[in-house]
Amino acid sequence: MAIEVRIPTILRTYTDGAKAVDANGETLAELFADLDTRHAGIQARIVDGGELRRFVNVYLNDEDVRFLDGIKTKLTDGDNVTILPAVAGGMV
Amino acid sequence: MLTITEALFDQIVAHARQDHPDEACGVVAGPAGTDRPERFIPMLNAARSPTFYEFDSGDLLKLYREMDDRDEEPVVIYHSHTATEAYPSRTDLSYANEPGAHYVLVSTADTDDAGPFQFRSYRIVDGEVTEEEVKVVESY
Repeated sequence: MAIEVRIPTILRTYTDGAKAVDANGETLAELFADLDTRHAGIQARIVDGGELRRFVNVYLNDEDVRFLDGIKTKLTDGDNVTILPAVAGGMV
Repeated sequence: MLTITEALFDQIVAHARQDHPDEACGVVAGPAGTDRPERFIPMLNAARSPTFYEFDSGDLLKLYREMDDRDEEPVVIYHSHTATEAYPSRTDLSYANEPGAHYVLVSTADTDDAGPFQFRSYRIVDGEVTEEEVKVVESY
């Protein structure tokens, strides 16, 4: 099962500069674990303590997975996953 | 150094003043590899807060898709501080994920007589901040 994963600039150091890579998994959690077998270290930038990091947005096709099942969201062949770090900050 | 047109400079300032006392935020996109800010894209502060900003996640996806389709980059990422100086906070550093971007900070604290108006620009790479000169030009 091939899922295309779009990688943000900041994480392309893990993918040799590739903007998109293929990975496999029945769920997002499996997908990120699979990604990590070829791009060691990338999983920890997205997942912390078994949950998605608060300031990393993950989209399945066009939907923020926080509005789906989060890291347990199920995937189907041909899906697209996009990872985008939040653009955020503040004065404190 | 950040080189930016007067028109874009004014648009950023106007947005920051308009959203005061909340923090305003947005992007100025430009053709990939040129370091030239061209397309002003004010963003909604989903946090609607005087002390925090975050792009709405749906808007963020749309923004990056659009820039990708147009072969653009976020050349400038701006936001305002409403009561403090225009210097990146610890929070700003920890969430700065575009090492190629100019992080522009505008302080609207002058609105409340808390300080002078400021427009400053920084590079933020691996949590390290470097202030840079801002050059305002009539056109590129």
